[in-house]
Amino acid sequence: MLEIRNLHARIAEDGTEIIRGLNLTVKAGEVAAIMGPNGSGKSTLSYILSGREDYEVTEGEILYNGESILELDPAERASKGIFLAFQYPVEIPGVATMQFLKVAMNEQRKARGEAELTTPDFIRRVKEAAAELKINPDMLKRPLNVGFSGGEKKRAEILQMALLEPQLCVLDETDSGLDIDALKIVADGVNALRSPDRAVIVITHYQRLLDYIVPDTVHVLYKGQIIRTGDKSLAHELEANGYADIIGEAA
Amino acid sequence: MNMQTTSRQTAAESALIEAYNAQLGDLPGNGAVISARDRLVDDLKTNGLPTRRVEAWHYTDLKTLLRAIPGAVPAAVIDTPEPLVEGSAVITTRHGHADPKVSVSDVLVNAFSEMLSEGTAAPGLSVIDRDDTIGKINGSFVRDGFVLEFPAGAQIEKPVEIQVLHGDGQVHTRFPVSFGAGSRATVIERHLPTGKGDAFVTSVSDISLEDGADVTWIILQQQGASDTHLGQLRVRVGSNAKLRLYVINAGGRLVRQELRIDVAGEGSDLQLRGVNLLGGETHTDVTLVLGHHVPNTTSTEIFRNVVFDRARGVFQGMIKVALDAQKTDARMACNTLLMSDDAEFSAKPELEIFADDVQCGHGATVADIDANHLYYLMARGVPRNKARAMLVNAFVAEIVEELEDEQLVEALEAIISSWLEKHA
Repeated sequence: MLEIRNLHARIAEDGTEIIRGLNLTVKAGEVAAIMGPNGSGKSTLSYILSGREDYEVTEGEILYNGESILELDPAERASKGIFLAFQYPVEIPGVATMQFLKVAMNEQRKARGEAELTTPDFIRRVKEAAAELKINPDMLKRPLNVGFSGGEKKRAEILQMALLEPQLCVLDETDSGLDIDALKIVADGVNALRSPDRAVIVITHYQRLLDYIVPDTVHVLYKGQIIRTGDKSLAHELEANGYADIIGEAA
Repeated sequence: MNMQTTSRQTAAESALIEAYNAQLGDLPGNGAVISARDRLVDDLKTNGLPTRRVEAWHYTDLKTLLRAIPGAVPAAVIDTPEPLVEGSAVITTRHGHADPKVSVSDVLVNAFSEMLSEGTAAPGLSVIDRDDTIGKINGSFVRDGFVLEFPAGAQIEKPVEIQVLHGDGQVHTRFPVSFGAGSRATVIERHLPTGKGDAFVTSVSDISLEDGADVTWIILQQQGASDTHLGQLRVRVGSNAKLRLYVINAGGRLVRQELRIDVAGEGSDLQLRGVNLLGGETHTDVTLVLGHHVPNTTSTEIFRNVVFDRARGVFQGMIKVALDAQKTDARMACNTLLMSDDAEFSAKPELEIFADDVQCGHGATVADIDANHLYYLMARGVPRNKARAMLVNAFVAEIVEELEDEQLVEALEAIISSWLEKHA
């Protein structure tokens, strides 16, 4: 589903290179975990996949379902089924959460040539998905993410993911700032979306989330490259020994 | 300073003087009113329209900008639009004339023309200061309007909507409104054109809030693309009174809305909110002079401006805190989105503080929409143009959403959205 070849990317503003020759393949149905120390390029990778314009790809290729997505803007990528659950979702005063959800769902449907949702159908879908994630309906009456707690913001991200039904889900440190109960709810939400034709990339610092969202593959990102790939046991090894050994080997 | 005494009269200045002479004997008013009008016209004749050399008009050089005054056109029959909020009490002036026999339950309503005929209007036909050009023109020409008295303790649930409707030509209205002690009400002052040509409109609302009154006052200006609108709101806020004042400009070619507010009672609170939607080749000026005259009062002033095309906007915000007005808390912000390279906005905050124990602040920003917000919406599949429109809308909707009346919020948001759809 996703194939990243020799990717090099830098911050557009100051030219700092963050991703330095990254290779990664994620198949349909796979849950891939990307782990790595602070500053290794994990969040940058998620931004680049989503098409954020603050970063420039200088070399390499990102193929999604066999096609390059480098020339697509974030909205085009989203309507092709790429979803990034943000580590820090922004608050947007003045944009009502329900209105935003409806516009996002219908714009994606329009882009794919599908009929727009009727209002009752839309409301039913939101209510069902919100109940699954134990989201208080009052939250949906507020402006987008405004005044949400950290945990509420993360749940709202998963709610959007459930409603938009993407093919490639990228979760950027979705576990940060969550207590154990919220973590379980969010993990259940993600697991419910696991399917043979959907891939999930879980970016995290900690093994803890991977106890609940069990990965098929684990990749260690360091200085903008994948330096080690393994199965879920690699995550346990990192938890026990830290990154030092693997970084030492790679060097 | 008025420096233009010796300069030649402009076409607009001559037209004003001629219009006055033409209407002599026809304008309502007893002897005292006529003398007051004569004084105002003499002042206009002597001093002319203000230029940029007059500080208060520096960014709106009326002498240059006001190129012509349309002739007086007889009043045409004008249909009454639906009120913004269903169930509102609607009172209407059509082409400067108050509808006869209107009533609002629990509120005393009279035609301003009666005050003119009786002469009780004469003291109000005065200027606030020498640069009060709107007061001068309106006082010279005003024919009618409504006088509203909200009795003490009155609790008026539904809004009172004053519709100021007009066709082409000259229209001058005045609305003295008093809110009795402890009364609560929402008044919408709505300026709507029905003509297709030029209109020259002046309108003065003179409102007072007695002790403990709780008032929402909304000025919604949607004049036509070639209209001139000179509006003035004079306000006196009494003790423990609360005023939510909204000024929404969404029309007009040349617009100046003055807000002259005196916070005169302790414990009072003013929430001033403004939305300026500017497009085309228009000029819109909101000028605030806010005086905190007594201790322990609060005010917040937030303006959101969206400027498209070659439009120009001006905000002058003067806050004066008197020597005695200790513990004043006044905060002013003016935020602008410039949507084109030729759009222009001038913000001039001024604080004049004589008390030593006060909190006063002001801030002005001019920016494009937030790139992080745009990215977030796009990352959810909202195309760039649509996402931008949503964010521009949000930038102003945020202000309107502070209102408690859901129906009113929806009505104002609909007006804002449809304006933005036409101009974006």
